[in-house]
Amino acid sequence: MEIISAEVLPSEVVPAEGLLGASWLLIALPLAGAAVLLLGGRRTDRWGHLLGTATVVGAFLLAVLCTFSLADVEGRSVDVDLFTFISTGQLDVRAGLLYDPLSAVFVLLITGVGSLIHVYSIGYMAHDPARRRFFAYLNLFVAAMLLLVLGNSFVALYVGWEGVGLASYLLIAFWYTRPGAATAAKKAFIMNRVGDVGLALAIFVMFAQLGTTSYEGVFGTVGTLAGGTITAIGLLLLLGACGKSGQFPLQAWLPDAMEGPTPVSALIHAATMVTAGVYLIARSAPIYDETPTARTVVLAVGAVTLLIGAIAGCAFDDIKKVLAYSTVSQIGYMFLAVGLGPAGYVAGLAHLLAHGFFKAGLFLGAGSVMHAMDDSVDMRRYGGLARKLPITFATFGLGYLALIGFPFLSGFYTKDAIIEAALDRDDAWGWVLAGVAVLGAGLTAFYMTRLMLMTFFGRARWADGVHPHESPTVMTAPMVVLSLGSIGAGFLLVKAFPLSDWLEPVFGEEHSAEHVVAPLTVGLVVTGVMLLGVLAAWLFVGRREVPVTAPVRVSPVTRAARNALYADTINESLLMRPGQWLTRALVWVDNRGVDGAVNGLAAGLGGSSSRLGRTQTGFVRTYALGMLGGAVLVAGALLAVTSG
Amino acid sequence: MIDAPDLSLAALAPLLFVFGAACVGVLVEAFAPREVRHPVQVAVALVGTGGGLAATLVYAATHEWGDGAGDVTAAGALAVDKAGLFLQATVAGLSVLAVLLFAERGLDPARSAFVASAAVPAGSPRDREQLTATRVQTEVYPLALFAVGGMMVFVTANDLLIMFVALEVLSLPLYLISGLARRRRLLSQEAAVKYFLLGAFASAFFLYGLALVYGATGSIRLGEIRQSVAEDGGDVLVVLGLALLIVGLLFKASVAPFHSWTPDVYQGAPTPVTAFMAACTKVAAFGAILRLLYVAFGTEEWTWRPLVYGVAIVSMVVGAVLGLTQTDLKRMLAYSSIAHAGFLLTGVLGLGADGEGSGLAATMFYLLTYGLTTLGAFAVLTLVRDGDGEAGHLAQWAGLASRSPLTAAVMALFLLALAGIPLTAGFTGKFAVFRAAVEQGAWPLVLVAVLASAVAAFFYLRVIVLMYFSPPAADGPTVGVPGVPTTVVLAVTASATLALGILPGAVLDLAEQAARFVG
Repeated sequence: MEIISAEVLPSEVVPAEGLLGASWLLIALPLAGAAVLLLGGRRTDRWGHLLGTATVVGAFLLAVLCTFSLADVEGRSVDVDLFTFISTGQLDVRAGLLYDPLSAVFVLLITGVGSLIHVYSIGYMAHDPARRRFFAYLNLFVAAMLLLVLGNSFVALYVGWEGVGLASYLLIAFWYTRPGAATAAKKAFIMNRVGDVGLALAIFVMFAQLGTTSYEGVFGTVGTLAGGTITAIGLLLLLGACGKSGQFPLQAWLPDAMEGPTPVSALIHAATMVTAGVYLIARSAPIYDETPTARTVVLAVGAVTLLIGAIAGCAFDDIKKVLAYSTVSQIGYMFLAVGLGPAGYVAGLAHLLAHGFFKAGLFLGAGSVMHAMDDSVDMRRYGGLARKLPITFATFGLGYLALIGFPFLSGFYTKDAIIEAALDRDDAWGWVLAGVAVLGAGLTAFYMTRLMLMTFFGRARWADGVHPHESPTVMTAPMVVLSLGSIGAGFLLVKAFPLSDWLEPVFGEEHSAEHVVAPLTVGLVVTGVMLLGVLAAWLFVGRREVPVTAPVRVSPVTRAARNALYADTINESLLMRPGQWLTRALVWVDNRGVDGAVNGLAAGLGGSSSRLGRTQTGFVRTYALGMLGGAVLVAGALLAVTSG
Repeated sequence: MIDAPDLSLAALAPLLFVFGAACVGVLVEAFAPREVRHPVQVAVALVGTGGGLAATLVYAATHEWGDGAGDVTAAGALAVDKAGLFLQATVAGLSVLAVLLFAERGLDPARSAFVASAAVPAGSPRDREQLTATRVQTEVYPLALFAVGGMMVFVTANDLLIMFVALEVLSLPLYLISGLARRRRLLSQEAAVKYFLLGAFASAFFLYGLALVYGATGSIRLGEIRQSVAEDGGDVLVVLGLALLIVGLLFKASVAPFHSWTPDVYQGAPTPVTAFMAACTKVAAFGAILRLLYVAFGTEEWTWRPLVYGVAIVSMVVGAVLGLTQTDLKRMLAYSSIAHAGFLLTGVLGLGADGEGSGLAATMFYLLTYGLTTLGAFAVLTLVRDGDGEAGHLAQWAGLASRSPLTAAVMALFLLALAGIPLTAGFTGKFAVFRAAVEQGAWPLVLVAVLASAVAAFFYLRVIVLMYFSPPAADGPTVGVPGVPTTVVLAVTASATLALGILPGAVLDLAEQAARFVG
């Protein structure tokens, strides 16, 4: 197998000056917001949500200004040195930020989409008594996520990585009195832990082998390592990325995470946090450049997840779960893209950004629908909502079209770019991967059309007492803004202002090689398959009446899809059960063996204490005798030592 | 012709301050009108101890040390050297805090922890009268000052006879003030008598040892003894003398098996006096042990090493194990003091041949941290009271945290420090002495020490568990509002316990620089 190794231009990183020197404020602002809201307690209830929104909007404005100043910097990479984070012996970790084109696009995405979702949440959480806590956690998330993408070393990234994990856990379990939410939060936390161990081990290996964890140091010297070590680092990083991004085999937590409030699903579990894995792999490009093996595994993970997510998405009736599996599948596309190497980085990141807009918009739309339907998520109880919720329908519809890759909307450009990049490999695997991606596109069109039909069209199947109404402006406005992104992001990022130009200092110049298959052909094929998917959905769902309860007698394929291809079952039987047995065995050993020994020892000590205590009679004569005995012993011992 | 002995007034200034204040205190007691006596005595005592502290610090800072460790002055009787000054400063500093505890008037309804008229038979009608009267007696201040002066001479004594005199000067006032408790007077008087009898017994050992060493070497000067021992080797008389000297000193340091007085006296004595003894006497006694073993018998390391080894183990084990079943907090802290004496001996073992190891610095640092922590712990004990004085029984402390969170938190800090939990002074100190011992190859001893620490941690943590996780007793004790003096003591000791746990560097460096006796 041959992988074209790109000439990664080691662009000059210069110290930050002026506005960029203050880019730490990006993190500090939301962090301060979180601190004020969490420490201020009930006193901040009345204006807490406004403060929380203001910090993120402020960070967004600052990010825009910073990006403009970055564009003027030679090499477009600046280093913001903050303070010494860890200094022990050989390990010297400087806390600092790296503001380069890659982190800049992420910062814009996080703060931009974050601002919209904060605004939306003002309306969505208006009636929740714990709204302040919600905004505090959201602020905490934004701060941690910004640290994740801005840190200039793997350790800083790790701190942010764990920070977003914590925020995600807190927000999934936001309604912690619901058993479902509490369980989902624990599941997310534990599965993320599996991935985090991988990331931590990767950092340990880097430090042990290279003596540094900063991007500059690691990327500069990684080529000197043995091939096996680099592959190990690559695979461990991939494990971390899989955990955070809900990729195979750690994908099962993401759909369950939809138990959290919908803005959380939109921001964290669709637009930003779950794409951290893609960021990690893109950031570690110099490492993967050295290890074709690990890069191939990234490809495989992406392709497998893409299909798993798409298949599972076809079977669920819970609107948020469908969107969640769609997220899993779309991140699969991004993994596939970054797994393709230099050719795919830009395509994958463009898809990531476009996806951030339309998927966030879709989730906000779903939230608006749930708002109208008394928090029901069952699409079988929806139907005919297009007329009742016109704005939601319009914005959701645009997001839908963008996601399935309708020509000239966002997803069309970015998904096609990934497929082209796969074909450009010009080998059998390239064709297989492109085939998988095209098949995924068809499935995406199928499940999303099914979702649209069941939600907005057909006969109303609402539960009694549900009176749908459009959401307030504070919620619809962000949806409108995001739908603009659904329309234009793809064109802007791929055609008008190519992302590849902006990212050139990070990934090197784009390969202007001839495409193996003409882009027009690819576009036509993908659009054809997409239309087939839409048609199939119309035939299966649109033509007939949707039953209010899910049919029980279904084909094995449907059953497998409904069970998300038995991911939970596999996890439970392979990991959970043996784990439980091991725990039980350990508890037994602990109770009988360890506790027995400890209790026995304690009893022994207590007994000897009481017996020894009897020497403490309170009589001076006994004490004096004891001292005399001691003195004789001391003298005897000394004499024995000298004469012996 | 008589040569005038060389007297360096600057070097003696700390002692002059303390003893001068003690003499002034006696005069104040005799001549000052009753109303002003208490404030004047407190002021005199604070000036004496504080001046002593300041004088040591000034002398240490301004003296031209050169390469030497210090000077011998007062006709060879006193060795004012670096280590001696460090120990003097420690004693003086701790005694400033102890005097502040003595001066507290806000806690006991009778305005003082000390009995007004100690000669009145306990339980007699006159005794019941003075229980409620707010008359206070103030002999305790000059007495304590004499004891402090004795301790400061003790740690700088350059000959055995001066050491013995200092031992008596520091002991006799302590015997007396142990018996001055206002409440539970019988217990207090019993403690005083026991302490006196056993103390006299121990002094006799010391004196006998002195005589034997003099007989064998023909000198009482530590340096001359060293020379003589190095030349002739240790014959039986010297070894026997060393054994008896050590017994006398180990008694003062409350090292098992010479510890039996400690629980009874610590419990019976007025709590401020207990705090004073636990902190300052320990420093003085270990200062003398270190000097004796470093200067006089430094060349005989292999003679005393097994002995210190064994005694350290016995002391740690006895202190830790016996502490487990104590139900009275003061007794518990007494056993803790015995266990800590064992830990300190691991540092003494770290002295190495001729004091080459880091044991001296480690032990001095440990003395400082332990003194501060234990003083603070006893100060907290004075706050928690019931109708009959201090509420010392463990059961009375149940649920204290819900009633008085600050008191419980401060106590918890001191207990954690005593247990040697990281980020407290106790950990740094233990780490220092254990490292010193390991460097001298005494890792089996350190292993025992760590195990003993684990056992001892149980009874410290039990108090914390009681305070925080038990429901409060229905007729529990009240937590008094401390006056300014006790507040100052608590603030200083608590912040020092934390500071020496988190940033011990500066003080450790100081102890290392100071770790030299003049030989």
